[in-house]
Parts: sequence; C-alpha cells; structure tokens
Amino acid sequence: MSLRIVVTVKYVPDATGDRHFADDLTVDRDDVDGLLSELDEYAVEQALQIAESSDDEVEVTVLTVGPEDAKDALRKALSMGADKAIHVEDDDLHGTDAIGTSLVLAKAIEKAGFDLVVSGMASTDGTAGIVPALVAERLGVAQVTLLSEVAVADGAVSGRRDGDAASERLSAALPAVVSVTDQSGEARYPSFKGIMAAKKKPVQAWDLSDLGIEAGEVGLEGAWTKVEAAAERPARTAGTIVKDEGEGGKQLAEFLAGQKFI
Amino acid sequence: MAEVLVYVDHVDGAVRKPTLELLTLARRLGDPVAVALGAGAGATAGVLAEHGAVKVLTDEAAEYADYLVVPKVEALQAAVAAVSPVAVLVPSSAEGKEVAARLALRITSGIITDAIDVEAGESGPVATQSVFAASFTTRSIVTTGVAVITVKPNSAPVEAAPAAGTVEALTVTFSAQATGTKVTGRTPRESTGRPELTEAAIVVSGGRGVNGAENFAVIEALADSLGAAVGASRAAVDAGWYPHSNQVGQTGKSVSPQLYIASGISGAIQHRAGMQTSKTIVAINKDAEAPIFDLVDYGVVGDLFDVVPALTAEVSTRKG
Repeated sequence: MSLRIVVTVKYVPDATGDRHFADDLTVDRDDVDGLLSELDEYAVEQALQIAESSDDEVEVTVLTVGPEDAKDALRKALSMGADKAIHVEDDDLHGTDAIGTSLVLAKAIEKAGFDLVVSGMASTDGTAGIVPALVAERLGVAQVTLLSEVAVADGAVSGRRDGDAASERLSAALPAVVSVTDQSGEARYPSFKGIMAAKKKPVQAWDLSDLGIEAGEVGLEGAWTKVEAAAERPARTAGTIVKDEGEGGKQLAEFLAGQKFI
Repeated sequence: MAEVLVYVDHVDGAVRKPTLELLTLARRLGDPVAVALGAGAGATAGVLAEHGAVKVLTDEAAEYADYLVVPKVEALQAAVAAVSPVAVLVPSSAEGKEVAARLALRITSGIITDAIDVEAGESGPVATQSVFAASFTTRSIVTTGVAVITVKPNSAPVEAAPAAGTVEALTVTFSAQATGTKVTGRTPRESTGRPELTEAAIVVSGGRGVNGAENFAVIEALADSLGAAVGASRAAVDAGWYPHSNQVGQTGKSVSPQLYIASGISGAIQHRAGMQTSKTIVAINKDAEAPIFDLVDYGVVGDLFDVVPALTAEVSTRKG
C-alpha cells in the first residue's frame, strides 16, 4: 500500500507589512514581502507526521497556485520535509477568487494523484476558510475539516473538530480533504540538512493549459464576485489616555458610564 | 417581492442571535424565508416570525447531526430550488462559511464571506467587508448566480418585525456524498454561563500581562460585572492560561463587539486582526508605548491588577 498526500499551501503577503490594493482592486503583492501562510505550516506538519507514523510508503507533495515568488513557500515546505512540489503559475490567474482557486487546486490535485489532501484551516490573508470545503466539493470526496487532531489508519481519516457549541469526532474513508487548525501541533523548523536537501527536490511547474482550464474560467474575468471599491479605514481619532495614579479604574468606569456601557 | 433565504443557526430550537441579525439585513433585500434544520427546527418558527420571516422551511432529519456539513448544503440547495431567492444569507461561523461555500459552487453562484454589512444595490446585494486586519473596507457584489453572503455577528441590530412565519416542510433527498463524513462523537462545550465570544456585545480580554492561569479570575470578574464574554490573546493561550476556544486574533476568533476591553495585551497585528472592528476599544497596559494604545478610545497606562479590580468594583457599585 502507498499513500499519496497533497498539501495545499499559499504564499501570502506578510501581515506585519503595509498591505494595500492595486489599481484593479486585487491585492498589491509588489509592496509587501510574501511568505508561506503560517496556518499552512500546520498542514505540512500534519502531513509529515502522518507519513512518519505510517507503515506504508507515503509521498508528500506540496502544491501552490501563485506568482513566481510563491516558490519560496514551496521551498519552505520542502525544507520541512515534503518530498516534492508543484507550482501552478499562469499570468491569467491574476485576480482569481476562492471559487476559481478551488478549480485550479482540484484540477492539479487530480492530475498529481491523491489519497489525502491536507490544507490549513484558512489563509492568513483572505482568512475565509472556505477553500478546503470547495476543493472537497470539486473532487467529490469527503470533507474532514478544522481538525485539531488528525490520524490516518486502515484507509480512513479521523480527527477532532472543536466547534463553538461542541467538540466532535469525525471519520471518513479515503480519499478525503482535511484541514487542520493551529491547535493540531506546532510546526517543525527546517533543519540545515532539510534546507540543503530541499534545493535538490523536484519542483514541477504547470500552467492552465496543463490543467485543461480556459483563461476565462479564472482570473478577474472568471471571478464570480467583484470588488467594487476598497477604501483605507480612516485612522482612529486619538483616544483619551490616562496614567493610573490610583484613580485609573474609577476614571475608566466614568468613561464607560458616559458611553452607556454601565 | 423577492425572497431572501436566511440560514438559521440554532441549538435544539433556540435561535442564536446572529440569525436574528441576518433577518434585519435580509429585509433590506426582500422577504426573508428562513431555513431551519435538525432537531428542534420546528420550534424556531415563533421567534423567526417575530423578526420578519414570512416563511420557515424546516426539516428535522437526523443526517444534519450525524454527518458533517454536506446534508445542510443539500437542504439549502433544495430550498434555493423551491424559492428562487435573490440572495442567501448565512451566519459567518466556521461551519456556516463551509456550508455557504459548497452551496455557492453547487448553484453556480459567487460567495462573499465575513460581510459586516449588506445593502441593496443596482446590480444586486452589496456586501461590505473589513480586510487586511481591518485596515481596509471593501464593497463587493456577486456577479454570477445568486448572491451567497456570510455575515459576521454584531453586523446589524436585532429588530422585531412581525411576519407570517408560515411553517412548511422542506423535502430533501440526500446524495451519497451527504453521508461521507460521519460524526462519531459529540461532546457539548461546557457552559461558562457567559455569552458566546463571537456574538457578545462586550468582550473583556487578557494577554501576556495577566501572567498566569489563576490570574484570569481578575479578567473573569470584570467580564461578569459587565455581562461580557472573556477573550484571550495568543500569548495567553499558548502559555496555557486560557482555552484556545477563547483566543481572539488572526488564528483564533474574530470579534466585533460594541465594547472591547484589552488588559495586558500589547496589540500585535495578529491580535488586532481579530478585534479592530470593535466599536469602542479600551486598553489597560503598563507599557505606555504598547501599540494597542494607537487603537483605543480610552486607555489607562497602569498595572491591570490595580486598574481592573477597581473598575470591577466601580461597575458593581454603579449597577447596584
């Protein structure tokens, strides 16, 4: 038996940078450095742990859809220990929405071949958390998402999903799409050996034609939603700041009472 | 008038507040038709009617509890086919977003998540979102199909608007896919008696400055005096002082209450991403240079162990 795991990862603008929109209201990627989405590191980690704990032969492939620089995200995942990488890059992808992204990911996952897809719970830029569910819908396989614990055994995946009202145990037969939260287990740091080894690992480059996708199905033109306006939030007017000299609590209560919170 | 589907979030028939907020927004777009699923669905009709639902479609099949997400998608799909709505509104919970996304794909419609406002526009509903850690506000429309929009809690007032609320059974035939992911166990979260974090009108949060699990009692006491939910920064959660389910921030929960009180929280971008849209922000921190003070309406530079108990005592006195 062998197990093929595809980990989807995203290259995102660094949240500590000054993020903006470009003139066409897509995310301006030129002014801010990018990096592997932190939440996807947990996905890579869980895939590697599943591989390490399995008696079967397991291959972990990392997949990203993004511009040239997105290779950095793949390199990071490879240096953590993934076996190989796939980079889907095409000028026509510019401005693709979540629905379009799920199409590209699903086509690439099918082409790569898979038993299990592992994703982060959300990207740290868009934060919607819907792409894993969309990919499962596209692939027609089980969705086992938002797991804080995950295990694969006997051709099935199981895990724990912590919701607002309850904590649930889930189980599904493979093939399946899993997403994991930041509670699933801390992601490892790449070792020096891992970083050196990553340089020799294969990174396959695919474009839309390799996946049989028409340009009009993705990009801004193919998006099913449209951003009509984006405005920088006006800076908050400077608030009142007091130093506590024994009366801080009382002063704060006075403010809250004035705002009718008390 | 056009109909608008509203997905009902309820626990055994008790409708949660974000759904009532959705009914307020739905009325701006058309006549709300509510879809309530699972055990107790029929019991939701009364409160939904009081808040504007002209019709309530219900189905109490066991599949909604026994399998993950997909049965709910298929029920909404059946409701869309039955009603032909101009929009589908769903609460922006983690599950709500997954249900909405799969529905959108099935009915060939665009999806907008985490809206903080929805209004009628010339080419359909316009959704406002707050992005990039709330540093930008965008206005978006769905250009293909029916507008599927998930809306964050506290985005609209709950308003009474009595309507017929006629209950109709929704007929759903589940596909093989609906039973793909089995729920093999369920442990209800233990109730703290406090409001749910994402829907609370007031949130009191503690961070690194709280300095220990036992000290969170100080934060909880203030929260209880105000009838608030308790939040925690990632630093406090990672240190094991408070449960992850209470984490506010980019990798935790996003909150947008009327009042947010941050105690011993410096205000890293990770945390700000989860609370910056709060209406009124208050911070208590020893460090006058903490970035959280850039966001506040009112800040106290001081030791939280002096300021918070004093505030709690003052609140209790005033509330008498």
